[in-house]
Amino acid sequence: MGTPTILPPTILPLAIEGLFYAVAGRALIESLSVEIAAGSRTVILGPNGAGKSLCLRLAHGLIVPTAGTVTWKGPGAAQAKLRQAMVFQRPVLLRRSAAANVSYALAVRGVPRAARPGRVEEALTRAGLAGLGDRPARMMSGGEQQKLALARAWALNPEVLFLDEPTASLDPAAVRAVETMIQAIHEGGTKIVMTTHDLGQAKRLADEVLFLHNGRLIERAPAKQFLNCPSTEQAAAFLRGEILV
Amino acid sequence: MPLGAALAVFAFPGRRAVVIAINALMGLPPVVVGLTVYLMLSRGGPLGVLGLLFTPGAMIVAQVILVMPIIAALTRQTVEDLWFEYREQLISLGVTPRRAVWTMLWDGRITLLTAFLAGFGRASAEVGAVIIVGGNIDHLTRVMTTAIALETSKGDLALALALGLVLLAVSFAVNAAAQILRDMVVRAQG
Repeated sequence: MGTPTILPPTILPLAIEGLFYAVAGRALIESLSVEIAAGSRTVILGPNGAGKSLCLRLAHGLIVPTAGTVTWKGPGAAQAKLRQAMVFQRPVLLRRSAAANVSYALAVRGVPRAARPGRVEEALTRAGLAGLGDRPARMMSGGEQQKLALARAWALNPEVLFLDEPTASLDPAAVRAVETMIQAIHEGGTKIVMTTHDLGQAKRLADEVLFLHNGRLIERAPAKQFLNCPSTEQAAAFLRGEILV
Repeated sequence: MPLGAALAVFAFPGRRAVVIAINALMGLPPVVVGLTVYLMLSRGGPLGVLGLLFTPGAMIVAQVILVMPIIAALTRQTVEDLWFEYREQLISLGVTPRRAVWTMLWDGRITLLTAFLAGFGRASAEVGAVIIVGGNIDHLTRVMTTAIALETSKGDLALALALGLVLLAVSFAVNAAAQILRDMVVRAQG
């Protein structure tokens, strides 16, 4: 593996304080405060429209909050931008070959030209896409595209990886492949922060759950505890499969 | 093309005004452009010292003014659509706006070929502006379109028609080559 042995100083924990996000006067995220620490896999769970995806985008710095702060508190915080990556629900792949997609990301992050082919090859192999490097990325199947998007993020060796509903529109085999990759990335020492509305996925992947509803953090608990005996009525209703309004 | 792409990516005050202006300039009447360039370049004009009037240089100036808005406007539209799709991913990777512009020009290359063809079409069909600033001087500033205009008014319709067919053939050839190129790129890279 091409992972460097000397790890740069950590950027975690991530402190989110008093976060508000409003569009046209309507609050979509309300007074969200949470600290996300290294290690465990954090899964943001909640019904559609709860603000899960916004929450990730705010944490990753893609959108600017209306009020509140997102602060990386670790000693390596100055490098925070370069130590994160994100994979979207619908993979955004460049109109180039699979290998060029990974290579582009490495180039942007300042990986020297000579080191790129090896890391591209490694990334594609880890994603089960070995030998498909020359294929046009946009002509791959949905599952392959999402695996490629993950491989591209993984190739950057991020300390924190944000995943927004990474398996929402995939067939079961692709879901399994993507979940296996996420597990491997986690075992490689990357902090996973992902959203899902799929309880089964939360069961399989979560160490801790942040339960969001109507833009508010309703409950935060270790996954086992949350899934077995949630302490809030909304979470219990969600787990029973009721429709939350 | 970089101008159009930059307009799509960079947000700055007055951006909308520039976009509207460029869209409007697409319909610029060539004769008016010719007249304006003529006035600028003529001996008494502000750029008269350059001595460009009635030279190929003057024709290039006029053509650039005519073609640039078309290419910039079509590029801006293409790149803006791409930017909408790519924006979050590129920001997430840490791409600088400059690099984003080049990325989208490259990724939009198939569509941008159409912008190039539109610009080529306008330039190759152009008569009014180039005849005014070029002067239609034989062996110097006489191009196919101005030669056709001249031969027609001289009454040599056969020569005019022949020149017209050649011009059409050139235009077809360029467009066919572009189409073949596009098919090759699509097959290779999607």
